[in-house]
Amino acid sequence: MERKRQFKNLLPWLILVILALVPLFERNPYLLHMMIMVLIWICLGQSWNLLGGFTGQVSFGHATFYGVGAYSAGLLYFHKEISTWYGMILGPIMAMAFAVPIGLICFRLRGAYFALALLALAEVLRLVATNWISFTNGSVGILIVPVVSKISYYYIALALAAVSFYVIYRVIHSKWGFYFIAIREDQDAAESMGINTTRYKLISLLISAFFTGLAGAFYMNYMAFIDPHVVFSLVDVSIMMILVVMLGGAGTFYGPAIGAVIMIVLSEVFRAYFGHANLLILGMLIIFIIVFIPDGVIEIRRFLKRKKYA
Amino acid sequence: MLEVKNLTKYFGGLGAVRKLSFKVEKGDIFGLIGPNGAGKTTVFNLINGFYHPTSGEILFKGKPISGFKPNVICRMGIARTFQVVKPLSRMTVLENVMASAFCRVDSLNIAKEEALKTLEFCSLIHRKDYLAKSLTIGDRKRLEITRALATRPELILLDETAAGLNPTELDQAIALIKKIRDQGITILIVEHIMKVIMSISDRIHAINYGQTIAEGTPQEVANNKGVIEAYLGEAYA
Repeated sequence: MERKRQFKNLLPWLILVILALVPLFERNPYLLHMMIMVLIWICLGQSWNLLGGFTGQVSFGHATFYGVGAYSAGLLYFHKEISTWYGMILGPIMAMAFAVPIGLICFRLRGAYFALALLALAEVLRLVATNWISFTNGSVGILIVPVVSKISYYYIALALAAVSFYVIYRVIHSKWGFYFIAIREDQDAAESMGINTTRYKLISLLISAFFTGLAGAFYMNYMAFIDPHVVFSLVDVSIMMILVVMLGGAGTFYGPAIGAVIMIVLSEVFRAYFGHANLLILGMLIIFIIVFIPDGVIEIRRFLKRKKYA
Repeated sequence: MLEVKNLTKYFGGLGAVRKLSFKVEKGDIFGLIGPNGAGKTTVFNLINGFYHPTSGEILFKGKPISGFKPNVICRMGIARTFQVVKPLSRMTVLENVMASAFCRVDSLNIAKEEALKTLEFCSLIHRKDYLAKSLTIGDRKRLEITRALATRPELILLDETAAGLNPTELDQAIALIKKIRDQGITILIVEHIMKVIMSISDRIHAINYGQTIAEGTPQEVANNKGVIEAYLGEAYA
């Protein structure tokens, strides 16, 4: 029992070391690209999960923060020729700045308002970024020249995923984490236990927006190209984040990471093998998983066990 | 400790609580009784801040508290339990109580210590690692009380904590309530089970249709004509 727990505590560090060693043996750019995308999505999954999975505030519009992060970096270069790397500082701050008013307005209310308000905001920002051509360069997007090697990007992405993992782990295992989960479980009970539910929902949103914005800014640096339809996308960002978390296991700590690996790898593999039918097949697989393992892939062991005794 | 003055609450045209006044002294167990729909839980929701009064005043330790949000009122020192229990289902019993203990402390370890102590006090320690949703109704009611106590209140509002309990659990609940009073915590209790309310209350306030019908010692209230007509039935006369 004690051994098992020790192993469990060591496992994340072990995985981190293995991931850090990968580029020493594997320099296939395509594979590295896949791994970078998975790492970005681990960060995004963690961010969404903190707010949606642990605090119970489902967001249908996290593309807001992703896009704002990415455009913060891109516009720095576009207007002032400042390196997009400074966007990794500005991006998360801007994402939080967008989160504050939404949180202050919507978190006083209950129900679907927050989810819908963010969904609307992401769409509005996508349209603004498309049509305000003098400021954002519209649909043409923003193009930069990448400056560092793929391996450097890999390590930055790894740091991004690791830091978001670590910070969110610490948050969940603190007073804040207890408060977030209490709010998810019963808002009235939480309120009467002395928890300022509006404030703690806002804190959760800010942390979530911070890391989503950070990932967005990194995406700008890495892909060297963004346009409104990519970073403010409802399907490819907002919904994808929900799928990553739901598939892996919402409200669990490792679920989003597992979800990210599955979603990114599968969508890539399916695109290669099934051609135009790839979304159809992926959709069917998602339905299959949600029907049979509703608590996420992380609970697959429990799922198999139950099957055996049934 | 707690003073309610001309408290009135209208939901649209319905007067759920009308010009209600009473005073709870420090260290007392104060019972609030009345038939279903008399407005007892509404009174709790008004004191605890879920509702704001249409008119009237609520004073806690001499200061007006109506208009504050529930979390502020909890921090002032008024904790409550819910008639329809609200366990934090997917947390363990210990985690439930810890989340409450964070009301007064910030450190994880101190909160855990406090929570364990409170669980011990309420004899729920043997369930500490159970998920709250797996508890029996008796234990859920007890968890409500434990959680309320973990916020270190000066006044605790108990909303029908004895309802649905079997005779053994009932005696345990009475013992626990007395134990809480012995800690110096003032108790305001809503209860339908006469065995409980009559045996533990120092004073009882009876209401019907949101209005006072009687107040006094349990004996006085039990013999009051209005109370018997509205609520108790002949047997208690």
